[in-house]
Amino acid sequence: MSAQAKPTISMKAVLLSLLVLIINIGVHGLIFLFFRDSTLNPLLTAIFAVLWGVVGVYQIYYSFNWAVEQYPEHIRRKILPFVFVGPATLVLGWLLILPALRTLYLSFFNASSDKFVGLANYAAIFTDRLLATALRNNLLWVFVGTLACVSLGLLIAILADRSSYEKIAKSIIFMPMAISFVAAGVIWKFVYYYQPGDEQIGILNAIVTFFGGEPQAWTSMLQPWNNFFLIIILIWMQTGFAMVIFSAAIKGVPEDILEAARVDGAGEVKIFFGIMIPYISTTILTVTTTIIVFTLKIFDVVMVMTGGQYDTEVVATQFYRQFFMYRNFGYGSTLAIVLLIAVLPVIIINLRQFRKQGGF
Amino acid sequence: MVGRKKRKGSKTLVNVVLGIICFIWLLPTLGLFISSFRPAADILQTGWWKVFPHQEWKTGETLQLSKDVDLREPIEVNGKTYTDDQLRAGVAEGENRLIWENRRARTINLQERGWEVKPDFTLDNYKNVLSGKEYKLKLGDGSETVQKGTGLSQAFWNTLTIAVPATIIPVLIASFAAYAFAWLRFPGRKTLFAIIISMLVIPIQVALIPILKDYTALGLNGSYLGIWLAHTAFGLPLVTYFMYNFISQLPKDLFESAFIDGASHFTIFSRLILPLSVPALASIAIFQFLWVWNDYLVSLIFIGNQPNVQVMSMKIADLVGSRGNDWHLLTSAAFISMLMPLTIFFLLQKYFVKGLMGGSVKG
Repeated sequence: MSAQAKPTISMKAVLLSLLVLIINIGVHGLIFLFFRDSTLNPLLTAIFAVLWGVVGVYQIYYSFNWAVEQYPEHIRRKILPFVFVGPATLVLGWLLILPALRTLYLSFFNASSDKFVGLANYAAIFTDRLLATALRNNLLWVFVGTLACVSLGLLIAILADRSSYEKIAKSIIFMPMAISFVAAGVIWKFVYYYQPGDEQIGILNAIVTFFGGEPQAWTSMLQPWNNFFLIIILIWMQTGFAMVIFSAAIKGVPEDILEAARVDGAGEVKIFFGIMIPYISTTILTVTTTIIVFTLKIFDVVMVMTGGQYDTEVVATQFYRQFFMYRNFGYGSTLAIVLLIAVLPVIIINLRQFRKQGGF
Repeated sequence: MVGRKKRKGSKTLVNVVLGIICFIWLLPTLGLFISSFRPAADILQTGWWKVFPHQEWKTGETLQLSKDVDLREPIEVNGKTYTDDQLRAGVAEGENRLIWENRRARTINLQERGWEVKPDFTLDNYKNVLSGKEYKLKLGDGSETVQKGTGLSQAFWNTLTIAVPATIIPVLIASFAAYAFAWLRFPGRKTLFAIIISMLVIPIQVALIPILKDYTALGLNGSYLGIWLAHTAFGLPLVTYFMYNFISQLPKDLFESAFIDGASHFTIFSRLILPLSVPALASIAIFQFLWVWNDYLVSLIFIGNQPNVQVMSMKIADLVGSRGNDWHLLTSAAFISMLMPLTIFFLLQKYFVKGLMGGSVKG
């Protein structure tokens, strides 16, 4: 070993980095135990926990970097990138990649995951009425929700671009992005509120009765149309996201192309479909995939609004029910995997897109 | 100048159409906001829009029918005849309306239409929600104690304690990783990066069960560290993608000289990259913060029913579930939970919007 010209790894450096590792684990483990078992004043706990969380991460990087600097240059250069990407890889590996594989494994087992059942769970999912409803509803969410968000977002972006109060309008449309699903659920429960009789406190029923209609229980009756009333909530929350991005893309369309088309006598509609849409097609694809992924995973809206009753179940709520209420681990895992398979094409499109954009 | 005139006309149309859309968008939130300040009884009886001036029938003078009038036959009042059904529903007569006041006592009310405003506003709903409700608890030996439920204020601090580190930790980890992916050369770089990017679209449901098992085994369930880590993992792909887009665009010669001067990568990262990335860091941090603050599913699963770490979204979801008709509690609770994200949204909107665009519109 010592016959080589390059300086070798010193025993001291190895011991130091091991020591850094052990001290880090020990110190953060102790702090963790302290927080878990102590009952401090909530405000104090909040302050200390925040301090620990923030300083702790930086300290871990700092100490490992310090340890790596004890190594000779050519070795340091090889180890350092892994100090930088290591934590990200570890966290993702432990909490996303491995779990996905473990869920796949569980999906081949029975309810209590002690008996291998092959593809029985997958077969059951597509024959069980409740699960079939969940799949149908998810498709509704994806198609109706995405289509509405993208087209409304595009429409509003173009309108705002030509209006005299662009900023305020965009803020208003974008605002629901900052509202939690749970709060949005409360807001919309109030809109859809139904009580028999004349006096309505929900605005939708008030409008309906004002025009002489009968008040309706929007989210529970009228199956399967009640799903659309839940999807409207998603549209309300996500159109702003689409709008902001389309708005930026539209502003990127060169003005002279538009002017040239106008001189040639093209109408605004023709300009929109003939120039704008093709020009921002990449952006449309990105926004569409983002919203598709989002709608596939939809959970909170349904959970808060109906709890999945009245045939409004989606895959994610079914998953929650199967796993946490019926304790059917096989079904639960299978549903999660079905969801994953559904987003696979989107992963592939996204990766291709990223490569095209010159990401790698 | 026909063309210009036409443009002007269409601009008015655009303004009006956009105005209508904005109004529709604002209406649900506005309704909740107004309701949260109304007395509990008012919320249940009349719509929130009644706080604005509106026309309503007001009780006027009472007409007494004589005892010998047959209520099954058309009834004569002030020289005109009405059926019983008409009087039940109320029948308009010019500026007035006739309606039974008390059918058994044979009194009819002659109402007048007039403008009315319901100006009653109160802060009681907010007080009720913030302080928590009292409930009785039966102990094992049969005795009862009265305990005060934890109000939203405890949940507020819990949410903050979760959200701040769950924002900073992933942003820091992702920035370190993004720097290495952009400026360091190491084996497996492309593969690792592709894997992280593809994690963007993994539904988190796939990961929940195994993580829960690990957490239970490690005692991380219901702890701050556990939920920070979960949020970190779920946010990391997106944050890394954003930070990579930004950091890889920085001019190379900017820190090449620093490197020649003998600065280590760690120093370059801390002293150069982080300060330069402040706009990107701010925008993605806002995004992550809002996401964590508004999260429901992750908390539901990794916190469960432990009241001392419960977050706001869970508290409100509980309210919706257990007392779906207590509108006075629901409306104010929802608004308290929206306060923080909306403040951040309006204060830092510029960065937030920029961040969204930076990650999505490229090339």
